[in-house]
Amino acid sequence: MTQQFWPLGLIPLLPLGGVLFALFGGRRGGRRAVNVVAPGVVGLAFAVSVWSLARLVSLPAGGALRFAAWRWIAAGPFHVEMALRFDALTAIMCLVVTGVGALIHVYSVGYMGHDEDYARFFTYMNLFTASMLILVLADNLVVMFVGWEGVGLCSYLLIAFWYTNPEYAYNGRKAFIVNRVGDAGFLLGIFTIVYALARGGVWTVTFAGMSHQAALLQPYATAAALLLFLGATGKSAQIPLYVWLPDAMVGPTPVSALIHAATMVTAGVYMVTRLGFLFTLAPAALTVVAVVGAVTAFFAATIAMVQTDIKRVLAYSTISQIGYMMLGAGVGAFSAGIFHLMTHAFFKALLFLCAGAIIHELDGEQEMGRMGGLRGSMPITWLTMLTAALAISGIPPFAGYFSKDQILEATFASGHPTLWLIGVITAGLTAFYIFRLIILTFYGESRVEPSKAAHLHDAPAVMTVPLIVLALLSVGGGWVGLPRGFLWGEAFNRFLAPVVIPPGAELATPGSGLALVMIAIPIVGVAAAVVCYAQMPGLPVLVAYKARLLDSLLRHKYYVDELYNAVIARPLFWVAAYVLHRGVDGAVIDGLVNGTGLTLLEGGEELRRTESGNVQHYALLYLCGALGIGAYYLYRVVIR
Amino acid sequence: MTPLNYFVVLSAVLFVIGVAGVLLRRNVIVMFMSIELMLNAVNLAFVAFGRQLGNAEGQVIVFFAITVAAAEAAVGLGIIIAVFRNRMTLNADELKLLRW
Repeated sequence: MTQQFWPLGLIPLLPLGGVLFALFGGRRGGRRAVNVVAPGVVGLAFAVSVWSLARLVSLPAGGALRFAAWRWIAAGPFHVEMALRFDALTAIMCLVVTGVGALIHVYSVGYMGHDEDYARFFTYMNLFTASMLILVLADNLVVMFVGWEGVGLCSYLLIAFWYTNPEYAYNGRKAFIVNRVGDAGFLLGIFTIVYALARGGVWTVTFAGMSHQAALLQPYATAAALLLFLGATGKSAQIPLYVWLPDAMVGPTPVSALIHAATMVTAGVYMVTRLGFLFTLAPAALTVVAVVGAVTAFFAATIAMVQTDIKRVLAYSTISQIGYMMLGAGVGAFSAGIFHLMTHAFFKALLFLCAGAIIHELDGEQEMGRMGGLRGSMPITWLTMLTAALAISGIPPFAGYFSKDQILEATFASGHPTLWLIGVITAGLTAFYIFRLIILTFYGESRVEPSKAAHLHDAPAVMTVPLIVLALLSVGGGWVGLPRGFLWGEAFNRFLAPVVIPPGAELATPGSGLALVMIAIPIVGVAAAVVCYAQMPGLPVLVAYKARLLDSLLRHKYYVDELYNAVIARPLFWVAAYVLHRGVDGAVIDGLVNGTGLTLLEGGEELRRTESGNVQHYALLYLCGALGIGAYYLYRVVIR
Repeated sequence: MTPLNYFVVLSAVLFVIGVAGVLLRRNVIVMFMSIELMLNAVNLAFVAFGRQLGNAEGQVIVFFAITVAAAEAAVGLGIIIAVFRNRMTLNADELKLLRW
């Protein structure tokens, strides 16, 4: 049952209003006004989302709210409405985007407190929130694409926020271009779907409409699903298009938390889940999703183990965790993927915001080699970040345990023991690298530069309050999805069940051997990190020396950036410089334009020589003309 | 009666002589006289055709042509005198100021 509900329109419009205010009134209104309005509109959007959720649960199961603003595209039988749709899946995404988003906006007030460009910052942040909300609220693929492009644009704008640094600007462009590759896939996927449906005379791009056309979609499902998944790998930073995310860390830290950890990068997972009906028609494509997810999770976790920049560790950790979500979606456990998306949003945003608090306090220092011993001077940051670390490691009863456990159990149950094993090993690596980060930052001797060490303290309340709220969510956020048989067991999955394709296999019951492994592995990882970095600090150095080749491979991130540069970027630059710039543009286009002018100029130069000034030459030409005309008439009148 | 052909051929010969004079001679006065020759070759053709067809219009047009030729001669000679006074020459090859 679908009910019209106009306040849905407010959810993206409120942040858009914030954009207009910050853009046109930001400087005149002053910092104080922007600091109130920018987080305020996101908070209001959260309130409207809660209102919509309240209305949604009053409907029978499987219901949805809908708001059609206007008919946007009309081309013959094909038409697209600018319409929003709010069902259980959208509800979760909306609450995460606006809830976590509002907290991060509040935090940003403190973090950007000394930046001159606060108005521009909050313009972009609000624009991002609005785009993301359009993405998750979209009623059809085309509107979703609008949000999809919007978040990509905002990501670029915010990565290159401090654009005067050429490296930052370069990283922004890199993110934009890599995302474009994925977007092209997404667009082609939409075309494939429209084509497949139009062959059967069905003209629709709405999710509700498409999901009933399995027979028409079937022949094209694999192609469409793979193309759409290419889009997802771009936005969600999966192999092969993950390379932009680590470099995106040059943006302000709240941006990393909101866009490059909690919300935008999960858009791919959301899209795959939303189009679950299509992906389940194409088991091959679904397997690709699962394998890419598992491999990305493992691969990024190994890189994260050797990174020394605190934000880069978290960036690779994000790639790795999104790999888990993709794995969940790939084995058909869509609701488990979305569950992990939600818990991840809590603890990863928290990890980034804690890292931001440290970086802010250390005047921009990001190297963990120059941190250490911060536990005493920054107790709130320490406690909250420790909570997040326990959550991401998957230690019960913290949030990450429940979601990761669900994904891995579903993987095992669906008959992919190899992928399950990769996932379990990655869980151990995750616990290891995140506690390596915690120990290097908060424990041991202080390696902070003496000039900065004297006045270390926790961030002001505007920054610590969001940390505390997110810490509470990182603890309790997973409890909505308790395993079956415990209290309200599987409430999360039951809430999502009407709109998400159910998993193909039943989940194992907790208490089995699998569940014990899932609890044991992260503890082993944590213990290993404690041994390596707290008890025996010489050990990691020794291991790195013994396995020099592996260490170098990891430090250079498997040389993937170098490979892409050599195979794709350099040849493209070469083609651009020599073929397109000098060849096509210089020789052909400039040649045509300049050639036209030169021909006329030189032709005129030659023609003027016929003007001899000699009256007899003119008379001769006149005679020739007269004879010519005479001959013509003679031919016409006399001969014919 | 003398056949029409004789008049027309004479007229054509006179006209071609006039054209050749305009194109080949360098002296402006000679070129001017050649133009008069062409005019009168045409007059001859008009009179001959008028007589052949028993029509007075040919002769009327000749009167007009003679009148115009008289005016043209006056203006033309005036220009020639003015040119000679300024350039001290009447060679057409040297009178080409209006060139590239």
